[in-house]
Amino acid sequence: MNLLRRLALLSLPVLLAGCDMVVMNPSGDVAVQQRDLILVATVLMLLIIVPVIALTLFFAWKYRRSNTKAAYDPEWHHSTRLEVVIWAAPLVIIVILGAITWMSTHLLDPYRPLDRIAPARPVAADAKPLRVEVVALDWKWLFIYPDLGVATVNELAAPVDTPIEFKITASSVMNSFFVPALAGQIYAMPGMQTKLHAVINKPGEYDGFSANYSGAGFSGMRFKFHGLDKAGFDAWAAGVKTAGGRLDRETYLQLERPSENEPVRRFAAVEADLYPAILNMCVDRSKMCMNDMMRIDADGGLGMAGIHNVLALEYDKRARRGSEAEPARRFVAAVCTPTDGAIPPRKTAARSDRPSPAL
Amino acid sequence: MSTSPDLAKLIFGRLTWDAVPLHEPILLATFAVVALGGVAVLGALTYYRLWGYLWREWLTSVDHKKIGVMYIILGLVMLLRGFADALMMRAQQAMAFGADHGYLPPHHYDQIFTAHGVIMIFFVAMPLVTGLMNLVVPLQIGARDVAFPFLNNFSFWMTVGGAVTVMMSLFVGEFARTGWLAYPPLSNIAYSPGVGVDYYIWALQIAGVGTLLSGINLIATIVKMRAPGMSLMKMPVFTWTSLCTNVLIVAAFPILTAVLALLSLDRYAGTNFFTNDFGGSPMMYVNLIWIWGHPEVYILVLPAFGIFSEVVATFCGKRLFGYASMVYATVVITILSYLVWLHHFFTMGSGASVNSFFGITTMIISIPTGAKIFNWLFTMYRGRIRFEVPMLWTIGFMVTFVIGGMTGVLLAVPPADFVLHNSLFLVAHFHNVIIGGVLFGLFAGITYWFPKAFGYKLDPFWGKMSFWFWLVGFYFAFMPLYVLGLMGVTRRVSHFEDPSLQIWFVIAAFGAVLILFGIVSFLIQLVVSFMKREQLRDLTGDPWDGRTLEWATSSPPPAYNFAFTPLVHAHDAWWDMKQRGYERPTKGFVPIHMPKNTGAGIILSGIATAVAFGLIWQMWWLAAGGFVALVATAIAHTFNYKRDYYVPVEDVTRAEDERTKTLASLA
Amino acid sequence: MATTLDIPVKDAAAAPRFHVVEHHPENGSLLGFWLYLMSDCLIFAVLFAVYGVLGRSYAAGPSGADLFDLPMVALNTSMLLFSSITYGFAMLAMEQNRVKTTLAWLAVTGLFGAAFLGLELTEFAHFIHEGATPQRSAFLSSFFALVGTHGLHVTFGIVWLVTLMVQVGQRGLIPENRRRLMCLSMFWHFLDVVWIGVFSFVYLMGALR
Repeated sequence: MNLLRRLALLSLPVLLAGCDMVVMNPSGDVAVQQRDLILVATVLMLLIIVPVIALTLFFAWKYRRSNTKAAYDPEWHHSTRLEVVIWAAPLVIIVILGAITWMSTHLLDPYRPLDRIAPARPVAADAKPLRVEVVALDWKWLFIYPDLGVATVNELAAPVDTPIEFKITASSVMNSFFVPALAGQIYAMPGMQTKLHAVINKPGEYDGFSANYSGAGFSGMRFKFHGLDKAGFDAWAAGVKTAGGRLDRETYLQLERPSENEPVRRFAAVEADLYPAILNMCVDRSKMCMNDMMRIDADGGLGMAGIHNVLALEYDKRARRGSEAEPARRFVAAVCTPTDGAIPPRKTAARSDRPSPAL
Repeated sequence: MSTSPDLAKLIFGRLTWDAVPLHEPILLATFAVVALGGVAVLGALTYYRLWGYLWREWLTSVDHKKIGVMYIILGLVMLLRGFADALMMRAQQAMAFGADHGYLPPHHYDQIFTAHGVIMIFFVAMPLVTGLMNLVVPLQIGARDVAFPFLNNFSFWMTVGGAVTVMMSLFVGEFARTGWLAYPPLSNIAYSPGVGVDYYIWALQIAGVGTLLSGINLIATIVKMRAPGMSLMKMPVFTWTSLCTNVLIVAAFPILTAVLALLSLDRYAGTNFFTNDFGGSPMMYVNLIWIWGHPEVYILVLPAFGIFSEVVATFCGKRLFGYASMVYATVVITILSYLVWLHHFFTMGSGASVNSFFGITTMIISIPTGAKIFNWLFTMYRGRIRFEVPMLWTIGFMVTFVIGGMTGVLLAVPPADFVLHNSLFLVAHFHNVIIGGVLFGLFAGITYWFPKAFGYKLDPFWGKMSFWFWLVGFYFAFMPLYVLGLMGVTRRVSHFEDPSLQIWFVIAAFGAVLILFGIVSFLIQLVVSFMKREQLRDLTGDPWDGRTLEWATSSPPPAYNFAFTPLVHAHDAWWDMKQRGYERPTKGFVPIHMPKNTGAGIILSGIATAVAFGLIWQMWWLAAGGFVALVATAIAHTFNYKRDYYVPVEDVTRAEDERTKTLASLA
Repeated sequence: MATTLDIPVKDAAAAPRFHVVEHHPENGSLLGFWLYLMSDCLIFAVLFAVYGVLGRSYAAGPSGADLFDLPMVALNTSMLLFSSITYGFAMLAMEQNRVKTTLAWLAVTGLFGAAFLGLELTEFAHFIHEGATPQRSAFLSSFFALVGTHGLHVTFGIVWLVTLMVQVGQRGLIPENRRRLMCLSMFWHFLDVVWIGVFSFVYLMGALR
């Protein structure tokens, strides 16, 4: 057993050299800072951990019963000085680590726009970030480039040394958007938006995937992230432009249906406001948008008048993954969708100027 | 048959023959083995006419020691199931690369990792922890039983009911495919329309009742039933950690009950708590379930810390270093465990200030935990260490656990968590603390207290085999996962493209096989020890030269534990008694007031399980009828006022004289 | 609690004593039941928190101000408060060992409880008839869950009360029954306290918003 273990230990460096530890060797400035943080924290903790392990093994060996020469003091159980040390030593480490945590968490907050693209290379004042709108679908990724007016499925590209601003949402369940070489992950949640700011510094092809289990097709929910130089990115964008195809609401509703291991797809054009509609769960025009609903709710709801207005709100009450349909809900007594007309004004005339939730 | 489909639906709800996985060879084979094994056990019980004995002496027993043993048996049986799931996952991940999709389709694989997590936490770790607390705490505080003996029996059977529900899902229908915490919207009816999540919910709800009641029971026991003289600061450390654990149970499990109830309302009644539409909030589920989930981690590990404290003091032949700081550390951990839940989802985008707050509170927990490690370390200092099996587990724990602690603090740094969250690094971390902390502790505890429960020690050779296989197997199985996590590999993936990962999964699978040997060695140890029980017999009741009160009585103890309640003068009461020339009283016995056995617990739990089955399969008649029966049985039980009896003084005298003779023959 | 014990001092002339002959630990029932109530309280805490999060998510439907009928809720509340007072009278009668009076006050308590439940169910039926079902919005889901869970507790309280009345009728005010009446008393007053929270947090703040 021990021999095997020793062999394994010997082969460890070889194995480790043979594998690409992307988290330890990333290519984007944010991920590099996160890597550095891991290293600093690990070293700090090793200051405690190594002596503890060493002392454990040493004491176990030294005070073994057969070693009658070692001191034996069965009643020794307290030492104020030692107690102070054993509470203070971890405390000191944690105070240092806590300070580092507080600073780094704010500095590397994914919502915070970047102020540098690499050490000592601040973002130029006139630099325009690349905006990408990310949608986690069942089970593929949709990337919309509002500045370019194009969209791709399971393929992401960005120019090097350019800040990227991701806005992230999902269509059905929770996923997590993660490109380890680029930056840390952030959840993709339906009806909600998260943000991520990052930059890629080295050209190359990197893996991206969902890091949060989302159902049967989860394992195949992968994409390639291409870090390209300026010319390469322009060529890539031009390529997408010529690919043809338009991502409009109908196409999206088709695309949104569950499918696994999807190949790369490209759309040369994207319907305006598609992403806000996805985010607000109203790509289907008969649905009320979340932001409108929330605005109405903030004003106190629609009162009894809105009580039967449920079809416009239903998003995924019925089975959505091709499984057997649940019976329709019985309380749907009347149908009134926003497209039928303005929502009836409620009670006071003063409130009737509320924006209509219809698109 | 010409029965109308409506009638069949009324009777069987959603249950059809399709739900029985006749087309799944793996499940069919498993079922065959379980069925054959079951028939063999039932046959043996009938052949040897053990049913009456079993019913009278065990199933209906309210004796805390027997209930403790039954909890531990439940935990070990479920360990086999949970570990079989682990082996299947390791095999799948070691195979499924490129063109090879392994032998498990996602439909099956996703059930397995969910079941593995649920079973290992709720039906392995929890029963083992509760079992040891049940077995040991009343003895350690010099009590004759727990505060509510019937409730204890009922709690155990409810836990069994939950376990039975999970096991049923293996052969009738399916289990959840959501991960062990069943986050919505995935677990909501729109995305998980089958019975899997319903099995999950009802199994946990039934078992949760048992856990909560047993928590209340043990708190009341520790607060009210300590032997005279045992002030709080003279309580054994294991009792202290048990107290804190049960406080955590009572303060955390209602949250799980409530959140699962809301999820089931979403699924059954179409409400909108955690839905995407109609204003529901899935994020609220994630918050609530972790407000239970993080304390749960400490519910498991605190008793393990208690076990190590007892073991290290006993086998170093030395008083525990820093008892007071150990107690304060435990209490601090108990309180802090409620202030860290958000570290399980830093990546939800809560904002930098919230994230750093929860990151730093998490790190603060490592201070008392670190202090505990140092306390064990300095207990070893100037001790006389006997390397019996429990002590081996303890040293294995100290070395392994600090590594897990280190990676845990690493994960508590939010920006670092962004790259490590949901990765195999995380999986390696929590297995590092749960195996290296909880499981090693439980094995130490089982080996340590086994002679107390059965009167003979466990065979040390197979114990050492088990330890070394577990230890080495653990490192082989989980160190590669740390590496894979740093390579950016996430959890719950059933198929990979990158072939360079495969070697690591193969090593991990090899480690899992070593752990299998560890488990097999443990089972062999049980058998071998039983065969060699006369050789391993302990007649003193104090085989390890122990320090706390459980070693003051015989092994196994009489039903009433102590003929006379001990009077405690010092911390480490039994050690103190031995030091100061304790003489065991041999006459003047009096009748002893004891609780009576009852079958109500097993009956109530059986009905509850039937209700759950009815709810899962939507057999409404069964659910409703069962519920009425449940309430009626509970009410009927309250009409039974004859719940106790007196052990006649002759019986006490006879048992105690027997022991007097045994002890005299040893001297 | 130990019986009147004189724990021997170390330097006593006699050898130290290490056991007591008779030890009657204090019964843990009330503590245990109190612990149970605290755990139940946490269930309500979760439901209150959920209502706090979702209570304004009307999903473009009705709000509390549109639905709640405060006078009826006030009547409802008074039923429950009266029932707590009458339970108190039952306990006073129990202290004086008057079985019949105890039973009478318990019956009154049960009737007040049933009246409370009746009014609550009327309110629910009215809401559902209007279309304000638990499915209509997250606000209504959390409203029905919170108020409904309280109602379920009252229902079980009444079942328990009836059971205890039968048991007191059968066996009189024996120690076991006294203990049970104490536990139910705590349960009943606990539900009262929770209801005061529901009344102010849900109804008052909802209607006056």
